[in-house]
Amino acid sequence: MSGPIINWIDKRFPLTSFVKHELTDYPTPRNLSYWWNFGFLAGIVLVLQVATGIFLAMHYKADATLAFDSIQHIMREVNYGWLLRYMHAVGASAFFFVIFVHMARTLYYGSFRAPRELLWWTGQGLLLMLMATAFMGYLLPWGQMSFWGATVITNLFKVTPFIGDDIVIWLRGDYSVGDDTLTRFFSLHYLFPFLIIGAVIVHLVALHTVKSSNPSGIDLKAKDNIPFHPYFTAKDLYGLGIFLIVYSVFVFFIPNSLIEPANNVPANPMVTPSHIVPEWYFLPFYAILRSVPNMFGGVVAMALSVMMFAFMPFLDRSRIPGGARYRPIYRLQFYLFLIDMLVLGYVGYVPPTNHNIVIVGQVATFCYFASFFVVPFVSKMEENWLIKRGLPEGIMELMEREKRDLEARKEEQGRRKGDRI
Amino acid sequence: MENDVKEGGDRRNFLIKLTSVVGGAGVAAACVPFVSSMNPTSDVLAKAETEVDLSGIPPGGVHTVAWEGKPVFVLHRTPEEIAAAQASNGVIDPEPDAKRVKKPEWLIVIGVCTHMGCVPTKEGPGWTCHCHGSQYDDSGRVVRGPAPKNLEVPPYHFESDTKIIIGKA
Repeated sequence: MSGPIINWIDKRFPLTSFVKHELTDYPTPRNLSYWWNFGFLAGIVLVLQVATGIFLAMHYKADATLAFDSIQHIMREVNYGWLLRYMHAVGASAFFFVIFVHMARTLYYGSFRAPRELLWWTGQGLLLMLMATAFMGYLLPWGQMSFWGATVITNLFKVTPFIGDDIVIWLRGDYSVGDDTLTRFFSLHYLFPFLIIGAVIVHLVALHTVKSSNPSGIDLKAKDNIPFHPYFTAKDLYGLGIFLIVYSVFVFFIPNSLIEPANNVPANPMVTPSHIVPEWYFLPFYAILRSVPNMFGGVVAMALSVMMFAFMPFLDRSRIPGGARYRPIYRLQFYLFLIDMLVLGYVGYVPPTNHNIVIVGQVATFCYFASFFVVPFVSKMEENWLIKRGLPEGIMELMEREKRDLEARKEEQGRRKGDRI
Repeated sequence: MENDVKEGGDRRNFLIKLTSVVGGAGVAAACVPFVSSMNPTSDVLAKAETEVDLSGIPPGGVHTVAWEGKPVFVLHRTPEEIAAAQASNGVIDPEPDAKRVKKPEWLIVIGVCTHMGCVPTKEGPGWTCHCHGSQYDDSGRVVRGPAPKNLEVPPYHFESDTKIIIGKA
């Protein structure tokens, strides 16, 4: 880049070097598949949610007596209000879908492994913030599902030892979910996306420090990397086109398919709907909550179920690169886990009064946690088996080199410690 | 000379620690109003008493009234229901029926499931919570989990034979 204006800026702000370093010269593995599009897509959905959200907030009224009607106002009277609202509601589902695929890709290809642990953990933090934002936003329409969803989830904090009841009242600002709860949820629902944007920047800084993983699981030589721009901007934009087609089908043709009909009834604190369900993206975790017969245990299990992913860098002990692609047993585990998630999702959706479903939920919950706990043992056994079966020459060499490096580093550390003594 | 520097260093370290502690305490103290502002407001606290006229509730009938924004079940129990309630002590959270009522024919309990806060529905004898499947008997005692505790009995007193005040014992 050149020109007097760019020059003027570059003397005061590292614009050209930043663009060069992070975009036009940023080395990206040439073999990234379309599964690597989803981080970019998540960024786009975040922008869509913030944009539609800000305009919705211009017409929405965060007051228990007005909230429900102000949604009707947005739907019927505000110019393109229906579009803004459907984009925002569908966008929430799209956000979770994109993030789930993004996480599944990370798990499948083992992208969470060294040196990308912090990248994975900042992502885990982003997931928690996204869940909190989605949960608080769901109260705002002030329908029956909104109200009872917020009631059930704030009630979870009752299990806090000693001060549980006070915490629940403090969170709600009332003895039950009410006007004060609604106004604070609105305030925080507006704040959280900006915290998420901050955390996304941290996530990206971590990414640009360790660079993208790739399907082979091997860090490529410099000549096998290509600049992010124009190659991956083009690939990401192509993926965005596909995504927007699916997104538009939902927004324009089936916008209510993901909204529970019961939420079109105004919140009534005196009557619980006969069947309350969370949004689809919370169903597996909700099923885990319900599957544990003890309340404290249920809440702990649900919290743990979301956090289990963070332990993966410790649990996976195999040194074979490339995740599931080169590890048949890990691949099997991955697909079994996906099936288990789907079963849990189904269990979370059906009413708990069916005894058989409760049993299925408990088995699936056990399998959920078991599939994490077996990873350390299975991954090591699988590694030994794969080595015995014979690996491609380069891979074996790579693993041995990594092993030698690790030992050298340990020796070095030991020597330094010795020097100090 | 070296001693001077060292003592100076000690004093500086001490001052740094002291300033950090005082500054930290100041920040913590400044958080109190913010945290406290999220607690129930005065007008929310003022909703704390509800009067209920019992004369319109037939035997076997149940009325739901709002107290502190929460539903309270007022159940006019029949002699059979009283007998059934007195026959057992409950299962998960045992408590004699006599301790849960002031007059055996009137059961007054907060209609909020002790599990996740849903409102149970009156079904046959007792209540069923449709959120997670908990069941309560006609004394408001939990007979099937996941609810850990019996339905709470609010503070109340009989103003006359046909009138109670919920919120004050």
